[in-house]
Amino acid sequence: MTISSELELRPFVLLRLGERRFAVAADDTAELVSPSRVFSFPHRTPGIEGVILRRGRIVPVCDVAEKLIGTRLTARRFYLIALRRYGQRTEWVAIPVTGECELINAELTAASASDEPRVAGWLSHGGDVIEVLNLDALTPGLEDLRAGDLAGRQPGFRTDRGNRAEARP
Amino acid sequence: MPSPAPVKPGTLRAEQIILFRIGEQLFALSSSSVQEVRGADSLSGGASEVTAPGVGKVRQFVRRGPNLLFLVSGARHFGLPAEEGILAFVLRNTRTALLVDSIERMTAMTRLQVLPLSFCHEERQWYRGLTAVDQMVVPVVRPEGFLSDEELTMLDRAVPPAEASREETERELEAEAPTDTNLGTELN
Repeated sequence: MTISSELELRPFVLLRLGERRFAVAADDTAELVSPSRVFSFPHRTPGIEGVILRRGRIVPVCDVAEKLIGTRLTARRFYLIALRRYGQRTEWVAIPVTGECELINAELTAASASDEPRVAGWLSHGGDVIEVLNLDALTPGLEDLRAGDLAGRQPGFRTDRGNRAEARP
Repeated sequence: MPSPAPVKPGTLRAEQIILFRIGEQLFALSSSSVQEVRGADSLSGGASEVTAPGVGKVRQFVRRGPNLLFLVSGARHFGLPAEEGILAFVLRNTRTALLVDSIERMTAMTRLQVLPLSFCHEERQWYRGLTAVDQMVVPVVRPEGFLSDEELTMLDRAVPPAEASREETERELEAEAPTDTNLGTELN
């Protein structure tokens, strides 16, 4: 391996959702948190389960499994705490994942124009081609408000989770 | 490891809050924004019916002199599966009497975290932010967030003309007013 090719390797965190693996740039992740209590309260943003308390900070839990694998995670889950950018601002979000994550170094293949916005690129690892996630496009944010504003103001509009308020260990 | 910008505390000095429930859900509300706490029956006894399209959370209103006070079902506002509340918070500087189920207790919060930006729908109008109380996260409601200007306009249009008899009844009720409580003053 040449020096130039080594320099192209970048660190990624591999996460598992059900049977599938995805990757997130390691620079955009903070820690993997064991299952903890999710505090829910009424809201109308689809894809947010609630919040967890982590190191004195309140972190929203964004379930991306439904978008990525078509079903919500039901098994006991961990939370990957990752950075989410909102323009100039950044905040932590907690991504529910199945089991442990793995730190690897791999070469990133850039996303093509035909890829969905949620795809930041692709990498090859262990014989698999793995999608690198663009969390800014995958998780909800104020940029969604313009598109969802009208729907959100319709009488009777509810989230896919029915605004149920519960705390789950 | 990257780190987001530090969270600026919303307030450093303690703010008195009321923890209350709608159904099973716990909420917080600044005590200084509550003008009165009354039994819902004592308010609705002098109330009239109102039906405004798209504002199903309001079914009754009370005339107070020249002003109208709308009774807002907290359960319907938040989409919670709960019965009509039995307590009414008359919210200061608003035209809202919020129907809730119970008061849990009063306490103080020393930190209010703004609602994370992931929350991007109506909840941004509903809540001032989130606070942690006894290792629990509680949303702190915004008193002005229960009725938007558009909803107030719809309700005003739907209210029937004032009736002299109704106003007299209401004046009598106000003259009694034995249960008025200024929580903000008491706590500060």
